[in-house]
Amino acid sequence: MSVSTRPLLLGAGTALAAVVALSGCTQKAASEDDALRVTATDSACEVSAKDFPAGHVTLNVENKGSKVTEVYLLFPDDRIVAERENIGPGTKASLVAEVKAGDYQIACKPGMKGDGIRQKVEATGKGKAPARSAEADAAVASFRSYVLAQAEQTLPRAQAFADAVKAGDVEKAKELYAPSRIGWERTEPVAESFGDIDPKVDVREDGLEEGQDPAKDWTGWHRLEKALWDEGKIGDREKELADQLMKDLEDWVQRVGTAEITPTSMANGAKELLDEVATGKVTGEEERYSHTDLVDFKANLEGAAKSYELLKPVAGKNDPELVKTLDERFAALTELLDEYRTDKGEEPDSYTYVSYDKVGKADRKELSDGVNALAEPLSKLSAAVAK
Amino acid sequence: MSEKPHGDAAPSRRAVLGWGGAGLALGAAAVGGTVAVAGAGEDGPSSSDGVVPFHGRHQAGIATPVQDRLHFAAFDVRTKDRAELVRMLKEWTRAAERMTAGRAVGEGAYGGIPEAPPDDTGEALGLPASRLTLTIGFGPSLFDDRFGLAGRRPDALEDLPKFPGDNLDPARSGGDLCVQACADDPQVAVHAIRNLTRIGFGTVAIRWSQLGFGKTSSTTPEAQTPRNLFGFKDGTRNISGTDTASLDQHVWAGGGNAGWMAGGSYLVARRIRMNVETWDRTSLQEQEDVFGRDKRRGAAVGRSGEHDEPFLKAMKPDSHVRLAHPDSNGGAAMLRRGYSFTDGTDGLGRLDAGLFFLAYQSDPRTGFVPVQRALARSDALNEYIQHVGSALFAVPPGVRDEDDWWGRALFT
Repeated sequence: MSVSTRPLLLGAGTALAAVVALSGCTQKAASEDDALRVTATDSACEVSAKDFPAGHVTLNVENKGSKVTEVYLLFPDDRIVAERENIGPGTKASLVAEVKAGDYQIACKPGMKGDGIRQKVEATGKGKAPARSAEADAAVASFRSYVLAQAEQTLPRAQAFADAVKAGDVEKAKELYAPSRIGWERTEPVAESFGDIDPKVDVREDGLEEGQDPAKDWTGWHRLEKALWDEGKIGDREKELADQLMKDLEDWVQRVGTAEITPTSMANGAKELLDEVATGKVTGEEERYSHTDLVDFKANLEGAAKSYELLKPVAGKNDPELVKTLDERFAALTELLDEYRTDKGEEPDSYTYVSYDKVGKADRKELSDGVNALAEPLSKLSAAVAK
Repeated sequence: MSEKPHGDAAPSRRAVLGWGGAGLALGAAAVGGTVAVAGAGEDGPSSSDGVVPFHGRHQAGIATPVQDRLHFAAFDVRTKDRAELVRMLKEWTRAAERMTAGRAVGEGAYGGIPEAPPDDTGEALGLPASRLTLTIGFGPSLFDDRFGLAGRRPDALEDLPKFPGDNLDPARSGGDLCVQACADDPQVAVHAIRNLTRIGFGTVAIRWSQLGFGKTSSTTPEAQTPRNLFGFKDGTRNISGTDTASLDQHVWAGGGNAGWMAGGSYLVARRIRMNVETWDRTSLQEQEDVFGRDKRRGAAVGRSGEHDEPFLKAMKPDSHVRLAHPDSNGGAAMLRRGYSFTDGTDGLGRLDAGLFFLAYQSDPRTGFVPVQRALARSDALNEYIQHVGSALFAVPPGVRDEDDWWGRALFT
């Protein structure tokens, strides 16, 4: 999996109450006495002190290397506290944050790519949250990378879909619709944690509130799904909505790096993905016009499996019996679902499935039973990682 | 009638309230909870706090005085692993012990670690045991090649023949396993099935289930015979839960070629749709002729009391009582435990209502099969009913103690 830095480049820190974003005083150094000095070179990231008092903290950065760099203050699980990008060779910059007592990392990224050169630091003071195990932090950091990669991968696919809509090409848009949703469906609980993005991009017509007008207020994939399959035509409004979808997805990609993720939220997210399958996909409600429910089903299942795989080292210690059951049930449901797969699996990260309106009642029940078989033990995963 | 919180519910009150049975004015409200502790079955007397002992030589829920409510569920086994199925049966048994004693499953419905869903689903908290019984059965399909049980299939567990007029829905028929949950409180019965289903996810999957809101039979002869949705008393001659001689003769299986079934029984379940609308347009005379009984008392033709011995030849040859009577069927008798159901409406402006027929017997080949053959051929009632679901189960003997489990004799 390639861990991209692009979302980090776009990254925000806006969603964090604890963080005061960039001060906007790029070259103005804070007083030398209480600031932490970060000396970045092409091969090192030196920090003047390994600890500092919690509260208002200033990082005075000097780039003594030959490449443009960027500097991050990160939580142990890679969530961004604050960042400064585009620090040219020989220039200085500072970044400011309000931090609680706890462990942090400072990362310099010469050339603005990769995971960067890391230094562990500590904000000292009262009320330090108990540190998670290194295993748990590693699971969260890997999951964050996965979420970022999925979000990143979604943009070009969604763009291709949006372009087809804007070109008025119904057939092409239909073909690109389901693939454009895979990255979203794999990581939906993280996107949903932002609250405002999901209703813009993934709401169904019946999800609109009283007083909302479908003609004006309904946006996102499913509005376009209805236009393509149910109405079979693309008008000016649909073309506008294609642009709006891209705007909303770009917002999502920018904010994903700041999402608060914990082992518990990963475990619950996995369960929620199965809940999504149980209430939306198995019933055929999610993709009621395109009948591409099984593509969403697969993506949800993959996202849940990813969380589980990453949490397995932690969960396995606390509840080995559960891990054994989950291994079996994930494999069984994957196998069952793939009986409906229609592509040959040659294209990575892309797949097609039997149209769900062609899946009979007995087969739907079998799929539903498989979801229940997995979701029930999966609901015990968060307890196994919280112990 | 004012609604009260669950906690202070007495069975008799809930029996009248529940599931709209009373509001539908179907006559079933009369069944009430008045027979609650009336008789002592083979499992011993029900204690005053409404707990029917789970352990015993026979499973509870057969000879036990019939409770007011039913939730019956049939399951397909999803695992191919015999050991996993056995593990689940043990877990089910322990959960059934707790629930029938009025206790929550596992570590309960609250107070556990906040990150985990509670073991028990919680809707029966504060409710009494409500004479809950849980009775397991094994269907013919369990004895295929999946679990190495083919050689253990009892001869008596022979697939039921097709009867004339059957219109069976496969989605409401059959099943590898069944659990019959009977209680005086519908919420207690539903809670039991829901929690067993939850424990079973991945090992078994529910195939179909049926709620019953009004009992149509009594195994306590001193109690009133309840009425069915046609407004008639039926099953007057039911086998009493205290009549050990009749139970031994007609209900408990001897074992035959399957020793593991000794002390068990065979259950036939039939979902019988009743066309109540057309029935209600039928004249009183015809209604009484169809059953062969008087509507008011349930007395057979020419008799004055319900329990007076019928004179079969006085009845029309196609009357229900005459055709179903043991004397017309070489002495065949079953312990009937059926319930009325109303599963909403059918989309054509009619109640989806009927009788969920449950009958226990020592051998269906000499019990249900000959009786139903006669009924399917000639019963005047056939104009108003249709059999739409069917299942047959071998109901193993009782769980002896805390170390025993449902199906041990079959699987070991």
